Amino acid sequence: MKISENWLREWVAAPAELATLADDLTMLGLEVDGVEPIGGPLGQVVVGRVLEVSPHPDADRLRVCRVDGGGAPLQVVCGAPNVRAGGRYPLALAGATLPGGQQIKAAAVRGVESCGMLCSAAELGLAGDHADGLLELDAGEPGQPAAALLALPDAVIDVNLTPNRADCFSVRGLARDLAARYAVPLAGPALAAVAPALTDRYPVEVLTAAACPHFFGRVIRGIDPLAPTPLWMAERLCRAGFRPIQLIVDVTNYVMLELGQPLHAYDLAALRGPVRVRGAAAGECIALLDGREVGLVGDELLITDDSGPIGLAGIMGGAATAVRPTTTDIFLESAHFSPGAIAGRARRHGLQTDASMRFERGVDPGLCAVALERATMLLLDAAGGQAGPSCGHGPGMAGKRATVRLRRSRLAAILGMELPDTTVAALLARLGMEVAADAPGWQVSPPSWRFDIAIEEDLVEEVARLHGYDQLPSAPSLRQARLGPAPDDRISADAQRSLLQAHGYQEVITYSFIRAADDALFAPAQAAAIVLANPISADMGQMRRSLWPGLLRVAQHNVTRQQDRVRIFEIGSRFIPQATGQDEIIVMSGLACGGARPEHWEGLHRAVDFHDIKGDIEALAALAGTLRDLQFIPAIHEGLHPGRSARIERAGAVLGWAGELHPGLRAHFGLPDGALLFELDLAVLGQREPPRSAAVSRFPATRRDIAVLVDRDLPVAELMAGVREAAGGLLTELTLFDVYRGKNIDSFQKSVALGLILQETSRTLTDQDVGQVMERVMEALGDRFGARIRE
Amino acid sequence: MSELDSLIQQALAGLTQTADTAAVEALRVQFLGKKGELTRLLKGLGTLPPEARRAAGERINLAKQHLLAQLDARERDLRQAELAAALEEQRIDVTLPGRGEPPGGLHPVTRTLQRIEAILRPAGFAVHTGPEIEDEFHNFTALNIPEHHPARAMHDTFYLPSGKLLRTHTSPVQIRAMLAHGAPIRLIAPGRVYRCDSDMTHTPMFHQVEGLVVDEAASFAELKSLLQDFVEHFFERRATLRFRPSYFPFTEPSAEVDVLSESGRWLEIAGCGMVHPRVLEAAGVDPERYCGYAFGVGVERLTMLKYGVTDLRQFFENDLRFLRQLA
Repeated sequence: MKISENWLREWVAAPAELATLADDLTMLGLEVDGVEPIGGPLGQVVVGRVLEVSPHPDADRLRVCRVDGGGAPLQVVCGAPNVRAGGRYPLALAGATLPGGQQIKAAAVRGVESCGMLCSAAELGLAGDHADGLLELDAGEPGQPAAALLALPDAVIDVNLTPNRADCFSVRGLARDLAARYAVPLAGPALAAVAPALTDRYPVEVLTAAACPHFFGRVIRGIDPLAPTPLWMAERLCRAGFRPIQLIVDVTNYVMLELGQPLHAYDLAALRGPVRVRGAAAGECIALLDGREVGLVGDELLITDDSGPIGLAGIMGGAATAVRPTTTDIFLESAHFSPGAIAGRARRHGLQTDASMRFERGVDPGLCAVALERATMLLLDAAGGQAGPSCGHGPGMAGKRATVRLRRSRLAAILGMELPDTTVAALLARLGMEVAADAPGWQVSPPSWRFDIAIEEDLVEEVARLHGYDQLPSAPSLRQARLGPAPDDRISADAQRSLLQAHGYQEVITYSFIRAADDALFAPAQAAAIVLANPISADMGQMRRSLWPGLLRVAQHNVTRQQDRVRIFEIGSRFIPQATGQDEIIVMSGLACGGARPEHWEGLHRAVDFHDIKGDIEALAALAGTLRDLQFIPAIHEGLHPGRSARIERAGAVLGWAGELHPGLRAHFGLPDGALLFELDLAVLGQREPPRSAAVSRFPATRRDIAVLVDRDLPVAELMAGVREAAGGLLTELTLFDVYRGKNIDSFQKSVALGLILQETSRTLTDQDVGQVMERVMEALGDRFGARIRE
Repeated sequence: MSELDSLIQQALAGLTQTADTAAVEALRVQFLGKKGELTRLLKGLGTLPPEARRAAGERINLAKQHLLAQLDARERDLRQAELAAALEEQRIDVTLPGRGEPPGGLHPVTRTLQRIEAILRPAGFAVHTGPEIEDEFHNFTALNIPEHHPARAMHDTFYLPSGKLLRTHTSPVQIRAMLAHGAPIRLIAPGRVYRCDSDMTHTPMFHQVEGLVVDEAASFAELKSLLQDFVEHFFERRATLRFRPSYFPFTEPSAEVDVLSESGRWLEIAGCGMVHPRVLEAAGVDPERYCGYAFGVGVERLTMLKYGVTDLRQFFENDLRFLRQLA
């Protein structure tokens, strides 16, 4: 909320200059987002009355004015279309410097001497949304300094209100907190009742007293429709960010800003029958004064007359009964709508207004009658007319708010300090609370405007806030921290991160929601996905079922920026709809493209391939123990090269997938040379068999190497499993040291060379022992795989 | 000059001419070998009269020892020179780059999360996690944000058609942890959170760490002290903090925490407060017996302040040149 400093000071004599005032507001929990000084020093700018306007001899758009600036009439050339004889405008005399830095000199404008400048609001550095052209002054004698007339200098204070402090949604509300802060009385103009001159009472029926406990209104007739909004009021509205529109509307806005009570004026001539407050029915429609037509859900509160809905209560008035430029007679409404009847409705219809923001947070129920009088008085002062009596439905004053207890012990426990009883009582009293001491502490009745005070902790905050958060102690915990677990059966994600980092991978973080078209490339055709109901854009419309599309887009981003070798990984959730509701699977996914190794002087220039990333996956798996139970099973995946992809299993559980990006998808991701991908379930990857110690043999091991010829399509893993099985317990290690296809071997065969390391824990193996094992192995390989020894 | 003197002179003269260890060895054989010159003199001692034998023997032995020492010294010198020459042949260019894979790096958000955990873990904070797809109860209702509450408008929420939502903060982890473990509890909940907001200073996904302490003596004074310590450890400098009243539905009293920057501006770095009794109740903790405090920090924001990152969106653009700077 933006508010003029001068206006605020009218309500509280704050003993602080602007910067301190702003800091103090912030430290009260009324955060000042910004302070914008306006108007600067306006020396040499006076009220100028235009005596005569004549055309410029050499320029169609310019006029030559004779202006009374207090002394002898001056000749001033002016380009503003709204200049007219008899009008009063700010006149910058020769020698003036305007807030924008412009220096005014007597000079010829297109050959005509001009001894000053008539100014617009912008030229004077005024805040807000003013009408174009010269600033019309509605008072002031020629020659009088313009600054005083415009209440300058001033500043706009922008306060960022939290939703709980509805009571500060007005000049008076802010002033009230400041008054409490400085322990000075609240000031402000006298709020007197207007004596009714008419007897008209407009019939009002409130059908939902719970939603609208107070409804005040009155008839006002004979308003001068041409009466302008007083300059001082228009300026305060402008500085609050409101554009002055028309006196009646401006007055309702002014009173809302001043007191916090939203008001609405109906064109009396447009009303048909009694004004009713009732709940909306589903399917009803209302045409609002901003031109929108809104269909209602049924939980909204309506103002209606015999013609139907004429206002969305607490949010916005209807078009049919809105005041017009010609309106002379009005019905002025000042009602209280309870937060529960308003909250959420405006947002649902995209209609967050100044009124709805206040009502849904809570407006002081005691304000209806007061605000009605204030608005009536301002209106009659500015535009004449006569008012009928103020007619109230409901008490028009707040019921007593429930008493809240505050225990001395609780206050001390929460704040970690004890405050003297008198201090606590005084602080609360300054905030308008009625405080009664009792044995454990106090019984406190909050004032009608403090909707947010309901429990003891709310009072603790009030005491702390007014005492000053910066005055509260800071004391370290003296309680012993509890020790933490160090599970031995898990490898932490951080350890896995470190390993991939050591293998040259850079961690990335990509969005969890992605383009559906990207996501679909890596999922079975009919599989379900989780979509967002309200995505920020279609590019971020679906929860990812794989991290690969995100990694591929990162690779694309970097490859197009000459980063040819990309090795990246991410840890995050993928989202697969499950009947169990366990939709999130945390995975570790990686991508590698470009060279297998960084460019190097020894010159191994080879693109990264499947077995490079397999090595990285094996290293990850090895963190958690043996690789023995890790299996790469040839399998088909939607997004992967069918001959270069594997499902990875570990001890029967699916660990994940690895493979080469399907060549058909390279163009989609702008990666001409493809990429290698892996995605591993972190829960499976992190499982670790807690280690157990076993005897280390003191006897030497024996190694035997064999090379066998087998069918070229035989997976080597199967061959090695066969060797292990046949060799039995003496085999402690099996290494694969060569796989060869080519010269001297039939084209349908390959040579596989294996090293068997045999050892016994209790004795040295004899040649006979070793010979028996090798015989069993060769026999098994021959039987199962047709393998024969390569000579 | 005696024969002995001349032999020694002859041997020493020869030694200076030796070019390699083999020549030294040849000289050794010539003078000290079984048939060497000095050996011959020693053998000839027997021909001397007994009274002269002893003195002559001593002289020959002294001369022999002198020669031996000279031979050894010469041999050592030559051997060292030969080794030096051989090693010189094996010289490599040590300025050539090494082999192997240079390490990659961690994402700056991860590094910050790890640092936050490292700072808080010794104080007994255990890391808890929770789902990113949450329900209204855990994300809002249990945190004292009823439906239609204006505070829900502060959380631009992504919804799923099922009515579930993407968590707007990691605070739901508080609720889950208290429901599962009860009080007392001390935890941090790091993770991704989502808000339906995207511009220069907002990304629709970012990271938060929520901290929670619930026990019988948790106080605002303790919260102030903890955050002061935390900020100083995080930024590795003395810090001036400002706690100012604010509003979060799930804490009462609530505060925003600002740190004074080196340029003298207040920078918002955390939200915090005493856990609202309704939140404790919703999580099955007796608010009459226990007090709690909670705090939340934006991980990207802390990272930006610490390392001088100026554009939030860089964190999710994943340009390797940017990431490597902060790895």
